Amino acid sequence: MPDARGLRVVGHSVDKLDALALATGGEKFAGDDLPQGTLYARILTSPWAHARILRIDAGAARQMKGVRAVITWEDVPRVAHTTAGQGFPEPSPYDSFTLDNKVRFVGDRVAAVAADSPAIARAACEAIEVEYEQLAPIFDPRDSMKEGAPVIHDEPEARMIVPAAYDKSHNMAAQVTANVGDVEAGLAGADVVVEREFEVHRAQHCHIEPHVALAYVDGRGRLVIRTSTQVPFHVRRIVAERLQWPIGKVRVIKPRIGGGFGGKQEVLVEDIPAVLAIRTGKPVLLEYTRAEEFVSARTRHPQILKVRAGAKKDGSLTAYDLDILMDTGAYGSHALTVVCNSGSKTLPLYRWQNIRFRGTSVYTNLPVGGAYRGYGATQAYFPLEVLMDELAEKVGMDALEIRRRNHIRSGEGSPIFQALGEGSEGVAQTIGSCGLAECIELGAEAIDWKEMRGKAALQNGPIRRGVGMCCLMQGSSIPRVDMGAAYLKMGEDGTFNLLMGATDLGTGSDTVLAQVAAEVLGIPVSMMTVYSSDTDLTPFDVGAYASSTTYLSGEAVAKAARQAREMVLEVASEILGCPVEEIELADAHAVARDGRKVHFAQIGRHALYVKNQRQVQGAASHITRKSPPPFSAQFAEVEVDTETGQVRVLKYVAAVDCGTAINPKLAEGQIEGAVLNGISYALAEEYIFDPRGRMLNNNLNYYKIFGAADLPDIRTILVPTWEPTGPFGAKSVSEIGINGPIPAIANAIYDAVGIRLLKTPFTPESVLRALGRL
Amino acid sequence: MVNVTLTLNGEKTACTVLPDEKLLDTLRRLGRTDVKKGCGEGTCGSCSVLLNGRLVASCIVFTAAADGGEILTAAGLGTADNPHPIQSSFVKAGAVQCGFCTPGMVLAAKALLDVVPEPDVQQIKLALDGNLCRCTGYVKIIDAVQSAARTLAGKDEVPHA
Repeated sequence: MPDARGLRVVGHSVDKLDALALATGGEKFAGDDLPQGTLYARILTSPWAHARILRIDAGAARQMKGVRAVITWEDVPRVAHTTAGQGFPEPSPYDSFTLDNKVRFVGDRVAAVAADSPAIARAACEAIEVEYEQLAPIFDPRDSMKEGAPVIHDEPEARMIVPAAYDKSHNMAAQVTANVGDVEAGLAGADVVVEREFEVHRAQHCHIEPHVALAYVDGRGRLVIRTSTQVPFHVRRIVAERLQWPIGKVRVIKPRIGGGFGGKQEVLVEDIPAVLAIRTGKPVLLEYTRAEEFVSARTRHPQILKVRAGAKKDGSLTAYDLDILMDTGAYGSHALTVVCNSGSKTLPLYRWQNIRFRGTSVYTNLPVGGAYRGYGATQAYFPLEVLMDELAEKVGMDALEIRRRNHIRSGEGSPIFQALGEGSEGVAQTIGSCGLAECIELGAEAIDWKEMRGKAALQNGPIRRGVGMCCLMQGSSIPRVDMGAAYLKMGEDGTFNLLMGATDLGTGSDTVLAQVAAEVLGIPVSMMTVYSSDTDLTPFDVGAYASSTTYLSGEAVAKAARQAREMVLEVASEILGCPVEEIELADAHAVARDGRKVHFAQIGRHALYVKNQRQVQGAASHITRKSPPPFSAQFAEVEVDTETGQVRVLKYVAAVDCGTAINPKLAEGQIEGAVLNGISYALAEEYIFDPRGRMLNNNLNYYKIFGAADLPDIRTILVPTWEPTGPFGAKSVSEIGINGPIPAIANAIYDAVGIRLLKTPFTPESVLRALGRL
Repeated sequence: MVNVTLTLNGEKTACTVLPDEKLLDTLRRLGRTDVKKGCGEGTCGSCSVLLNGRLVASCIVFTAAADGGEILTAAGLGTADNPHPIQSSFVKAGAVQCGFCTPGMVLAAKALLDVVPEPDVQQIKLALDGNLCRCTGYVKIIDAVQSAARTLAGKDEVPHA
C-alpha cells in the first residue's frame, strides 16, 4: 500500500494560509468594510405558527424618514423554490417563496425593509400592519400525516422536481425506502432480537458569525452578492431564479466565512438584500441577529427512529429494520436527502444479512430543518450503536468484539451503496481503504477499555463512572453528482495562483488544496496564492458540503496541477536543453540528470517573456465515481451523578481513518471541533417551545453550547490509510466526528449506571427519570 | 449626541456617538472590523476588546461610558508583519479555523497572561470560557495559550501591547 511518507508538503501541518491575517484582524468577512451609503435590511417575521395573511399594510412604514424600501409578498415574483443549497435539480421540494401570503412557523418571513440604519429598519418593521387568519398548527410530527390534519403546504405550486415520493396533501415532504433480503425472516431466525424507539432532537449550528449578505448593483448593471455561504454557485443560480433575474448578471463572492457546519449550505438570506438593492439602487446589508439564527435559520432535523435488530449467538447479524419519522419543520429543505443519509451512511457499516429501511419526512409548524454536519447520520448512529451494544450484551460478547466481527472491510461492498443515494438510487462501490479495525484497537487502548469497562459494580458512592464506544462511517462527496474545478497559473516569479470554486468556510480547505497543488508541482506552499469561490473569477464547484472538498475538489486541483507541471517541464526542457523525461521537479527547481538546475522563477520569466511565450497553466474538473467512507471508533468515559442526574464526559477518544491527512493539524482540528459540538449537543443543547410554537430560549444564555470550561480531555488519533481514488490517498474528515458522542455517551451511561437513555439530550432530568428518582 | 475620546490601539480618536451607542458599533464604524459581532448580547465574546486592560464584551458597553479609555483590539495587539506571540502561537498551534472568534480569543488570552503568566490548563479554560468557538473544540486554542505563555516567559520584555 502506498503511503504519505516521502511527500514534502502533503502530510505536513503547514500553517493555515489565512491564519495570521485572521489572528491579527486583517481578513474581511461578508459584513466588513461596507460600501458608502449601505442600507440595513430587516425582516419582519411571523408571530404565529400557521396563519394566512389577510391584509398587509406597509403604508405607514414606507412613509417613515430613513426608510428606503418595504417589500411584501405583493412586491416580489412568486417563484416556488427551495432554500436548500444543492445541485440542480435539487432533491428538496420547491415549497418556499421569497415572500408569501401564508406563514408556516413562528419566525417565517412576512415582509422586509431597507433603511438608513438598523434602528430605523427595526422601527419600520414594527410599523407594518398585518392582519392574520390563524390556522390550526401541527407541532408533533406524529400528527402530520393523520387524516384531517391541517395542510401546511396547500399552495398549488409546491412540488418535488425530482422523481421522489412527495404528498403535500398529507404533509409528507419526502419518503425513501430500501430493502435487502427479508427482514422478517432475518428477525425470525435470530437468537436475540432488540426492539426500541429512539428520539433525536433539534439543534442549531451556532456558527459564531451569523448569516450575513451584502447586495448591490454595480456600474454595469450586474447584481453583486457578497455572502457568508458554503455554496456560492448555488446561491447564484437560486437567487437568479427567485428574482427572475438573468443568472449571467449575478456575481456571488464568498469572502472569509465565520463557520457554517451546514447552516450556510442554504440560500437563506441573499434574495432579500438582492431585491432591496435592485429596488433602491443602493447597497443593502442583511445580517441575522442571534435570535433570528435560532428561529429563522435552519436546524438539525429531529427524528423518531423505530428500530429492530437481530443477531445469532455467534454474534452474526441477521436483520436490521429502521423506520424513521423526520420532522422537517415548515419547509422541506434537505427533507429527502437528510433522511436518506440516515440510512445510506449508517447501514453499510455492518454486514446485516437483511435490511429494511424507511425514512419519511413530514412538515410541522416548527423551525425548518436543514443541512447540519453529519447530515442524518448523526441521528441514526444513536439507535445503531446502542443496539450493537445491546445485541452484544444479549449474546454475551464484548462490545468491541461484536463490532470487530461484523464491520465492513476493504475490498467489500454493501448492497446499501447501490440502494440508497441522494434521494434516489445510489452508486455501487467497493471499500478501497478501511482502518476501522486499527481505530478500535488504538481507541480502546487510549481509553483503557479493559480496565474501565463494566466496573461500575465495584464503585461506591453516588457518582459512578463508565465507558462506552461506537463505530462510525461517513462518505466523501456525492458520487456522479458533485463536481469541483480548479485553475492554476504560473507568474513570472515562479509562484502560482490557484483559483477554484471550492469553498473554505473556515475548515482550511484553501490551505489543504494548496498543499495538494504544491506537492504535485514540487514547490513549498508559500509559493501558492489561493483565490476561492467567486462565481465570476473562479471555476465552478458545488460548494462545501457532503464531506466533498478534500476528496473531490482536491482531485480537481491535483489534475490541474499535473497539467501545469507538464508545462513547467516543457519550459525547463527548453532552458536546460534536455528532454522532459530527464527532469525532476523539487524544491521549486527543475533538476536535470546531470545536476544542472533552474529555479521556478526563471522558468516563469522564460515562459512569459523569453521564447515560445505562453501561460504556464492547468485547468481541470473532477467528478467522483465513489464516495469512500472515512471510519472512526470513538470512546467516552463519563461520570454520572446519581443524585443530581448530571452527566460529565471526562475523556473522549476519537480514532479516525481519513485516509491520508493532508494537513494533520487541520484534520485533528476538524475532529476536535466536531466531537465537542457533538458532546454539547448530546448533553446540553435543546430548543424549548411554548404551546404556540415560539422558541423560548433563542439566545446563547439559555441555549447552552459548550465553552472552554466544559471541555473534557479530547484525544484524536489519526489512523493513516491510503484511499486509491483520493488525492494522495485522502478521504474526508469534517463530518464524521460529530456522529459519535450521542451513542458513545449513551453506552457509557449504561456502563456506569445501567440505564438505557433512548431520547436526547441526556439532561439531568432524563437521567433521574430513568433512574426512577424523578 | 455625546463627544467621546478614545485611545484606540494607541491612537487618540475623537468621535460623536448616540448616548446609547454600543462600543462595538462605534469601533466597527471607525473601521475596526477586527472586532466581530456574533450575538450583540454579551454571550459569545467575539466582540471582546481590552478596555483599560480589562477584557470586555464591547457589544454591551456604552461608548459614552468608555470615554477617555484605552482600547486594544486584535489589530492593535499585533500585525501580520509584527504579530504578538499569542497571535503567532494561535497560527502555529492550528488554533485558527474560521477565525471569527480569534480576534476576541487572543485578547482573552492576553488578559489572562497579563495577570497569570504561567497558567495551568484549568485557569486557561476558565479565562476563555466567555469566548465561544464552534470550530476548534478549544483543544488547539488551549495549546496555543500554553505555548504563548512559554514564549512570553522566555522574554525579558513583553512585545508592544
